[in-house]
Amino acid sequence: MAKDYKRDDGRKFDELREMKAKVGVVDNADGSAMFSFGDTVAIAAVYGPKKMHPQHQQNPEKGTLRCNYNMVSFSVEDRIRPGPSRRSTEISKVTEWALEPVLMIKDYPNMVIDVHISIIQASASTRCAGINAAALALAHAGIPMKNLVSSLSVGKIDKQLVVDVNKFEDSVFDEGEGATDIPFTFTGDGKITHLQLDGKISKDQFMEAMNLAKEGAKKVYEVQKKALKESLN
Amino acid sequence: MAKEIERQVVIPGEVIAKGNNYLPGEGTEKNGDEIVALRYGLSEESNKLVKVIALSGVYQPRRGNTVIGKVEGLTFNGWILNVGASENAFLPLSEVPRFVAKGELADVFDIGDLVMGKIVGVNGRGIDITVKARGLGRVDGGMIMEVNPNKVPRIIGKEGSMISLIKNETGCNITVGQNGFVWIQGKKVEDELFVRKAINFVSEKSYLQGLTEEVQKWFDKEKGGKKK
Repeated sequence: MAKDYKRDDGRKFDELREMKAKVGVVDNADGSAMFSFGDTVAIAAVYGPKKMHPQHQQNPEKGTLRCNYNMVSFSVEDRIRPGPSRRSTEISKVTEWALEPVLMIKDYPNMVIDVHISIIQASASTRCAGINAAALALAHAGIPMKNLVSSLSVGKIDKQLVVDVNKFEDSVFDEGEGATDIPFTFTGDGKITHLQLDGKISKDQFMEAMNLAKEGAKKVYEVQKKALKESLN
Repeated sequence: MAKEIERQVVIPGEVIAKGNNYLPGEGTEKNGDEIVALRYGLSEESNKLVKVIALSGVYQPRRGNTVIGKVEGLTFNGWILNVGASENAFLPLSEVPRFVAKGELADVFDIGDLVMGKIVGVNGRGIDITVKARGLGRVDGGMIMEVNPNKVPRIIGKEGSMISLIKNETGCNITVGQNGFVWIQGKKVEDELFVRKAINFVSEKSYLQGLTEEVQKWFDKEKGGKKK
């Protein structure tokens, strides 16, 4: 099986879906961006830094990053119930952790930076698209950052490693060992800020997956860089 | 020996300069022997000092800035102003150059009024504002527009070249608050709207070099079109 697995959309194993990125899509926000992997489209809007309310959540030592990941009800084939869910609160928290290491928010005591991520079209890898959009939006909002972060997922489809899993590989495929997906987030200089894995994978194969992800993240980074540089022309 | 660094758009994490010939300025950091951008903006080098000019983001209040704020609340000893910063500004009664009877603060500045003031201090508790100087006080008449506070230096131009160009071309009086509020006073509403159009043009093209000439051209074109 592993040898003759072909991806349903005809991509190579290390090929990402077509990526699109745009900065400044939400006029009212202090910074905003759109990022898409094929049919997965995420929009991020940044508000702040602004004073933290409620007051008891203020941190006088450093600023706070507050992320909110939300899948809109029409983003998938069957309408999903709007509002926060177990899954979305978890992803919000994970997004915060993925972004915080590059953010320099120590100069914003008692303040909060709000990041609202909306997935308007979902076809797997939504958290990765969300993190990519959020990184762009934070840069666009003029928040000091050590670097950008670029996120993408690597999947293990039966025994074959693939980059940037799609809808079919994420939720339909069910043969052999099944499908496992591993979202990674790298900084621009190749350090990991976020990694999630639930499923089985050998150590060797995991290292291989990580190298694949590292290569893919470079491509994501280029798209992000281009979006930021071209937003002024 | 070290060559000039060209002005360019940089993203966080991008290396602007290498070697020990340069010093890191605002929005940059020294990492080993590289100078790295920490913000998204335009990189600029002058006298070996490399800095990044921010193009977006919220207003960062500084002492000495002249700002225009909106009255959002009255307390027993002063006014609370919104200047578009991350926290509200406070204008105490003692910083108003006239006698104000107790409980009659609303007669001086009421909620919703616009006030031009100067920042006397920024501390952990908030921003303090005064109107004790010439030209400060209530904003009366004319029109208010908002621009991105990071573009204010471009709207003013080098030694006020841009703003005086717009003033001369339109005959309007323009006051730019550092927080991005622009107060336009003209004889006719049409003049004020024209100024607004001009300022919008400037803030859209703020990344261009030689912007003042560009704006002069724009004025020539707009005015030529009007006469026909």
